[in-house]
Amino acid sequence: MTLRRYLVLAVVTLTSAFGDTFLSRGMKELGPVPITHLSALIHAVLTPWIGAGIVLLIGFFASYLTALSWADLTYVLPASSFGYVIMTILARVWLHEHVSPMRWLGVLFITAGVGFVTRGPSYTEHPKEADACSQQAGCSAQGMR
Amino acid sequence: MMTTQTALATTAMIASIVFWATAGDILTASAMRQIGDLDEIKAVRGLTGAILAVLGNVRFIIGVICLAFSFFSLLFALSHNDLSLIGPAATSLTFVSNAVAAKFFLKENVDRRRWTAAIFVCIGVALLAV
Repeated sequence: MTLRRYLVLAVVTLTSAFGDTFLSRGMKELGPVPITHLSALIHAVLTPWIGAGIVLLIGFFASYLTALSWADLTYVLPASSFGYVIMTILARVWLHEHVSPMRWLGVLFITAGVGFVTRGPSYTEHPKEADACSQQAGCSAQGMR
Repeated sequence: MMTTQTALATTAMIASIVFWATAGDILTASAMRQIGDLDEIKAVRGLTGAILAVLGNVRFIIGVICLAFSFFSLLFALSHNDLSLIGPAATSLTFVSNAVAAKFFLKENVDRRRWTAAIFVCIGVALLAV
């Protein structure tokens, strides 16, 4: 893992946290959507907070796909879960939601989980890919992941 | 305090988000593995080439459709419940379902370290909903 790849994981984390918080703010302004009026969800996409949330989530998706092209799903998901820590802080400070001591304990568990996974290898080498890589010069860096 | 009917409705909303998110994550991860390192593709074919390589993959398109279902399920759930309940509950379950699905469908090496990380994050995210 290079510094650039850790930065990509940081972008995944931040855009996910801010994107979800913007969506929540937008949906709270819109109010409850009854199951008989699901078309209101399409209209919701055009409101400022939800629109901005979607732009951030597109950024999240682009960086998430980039990360998945050189790391396992079971590495990227826990490693980027620090976004939930940021999301909890945003929910408390910005959306004024109540955050109990148990939630702060949850934040500690997530941080420990992120610590565990980021200390291990990021990619599973499959035999077929290893064979293909041995025939292509471009794959030489994969063995060092 | 939630009534039984409200609790069942919330559970169904969370189950829907988890199902579509897991299907979408597995399909997109599988597509990205099939496509290869985007940094290397970008270096050879440029940004347009990298975007075309991703958008031209059928598995990726089906994965995105599944994630779209998950997204609209999330929007619907957020209009009825707090983000601090729906977000953590759906995500903690998705961590476990993704770890199991990645082991069986993507053949990832989900070793003790990754299981520990997935379970710690799962417990942590579940605690966020308390």
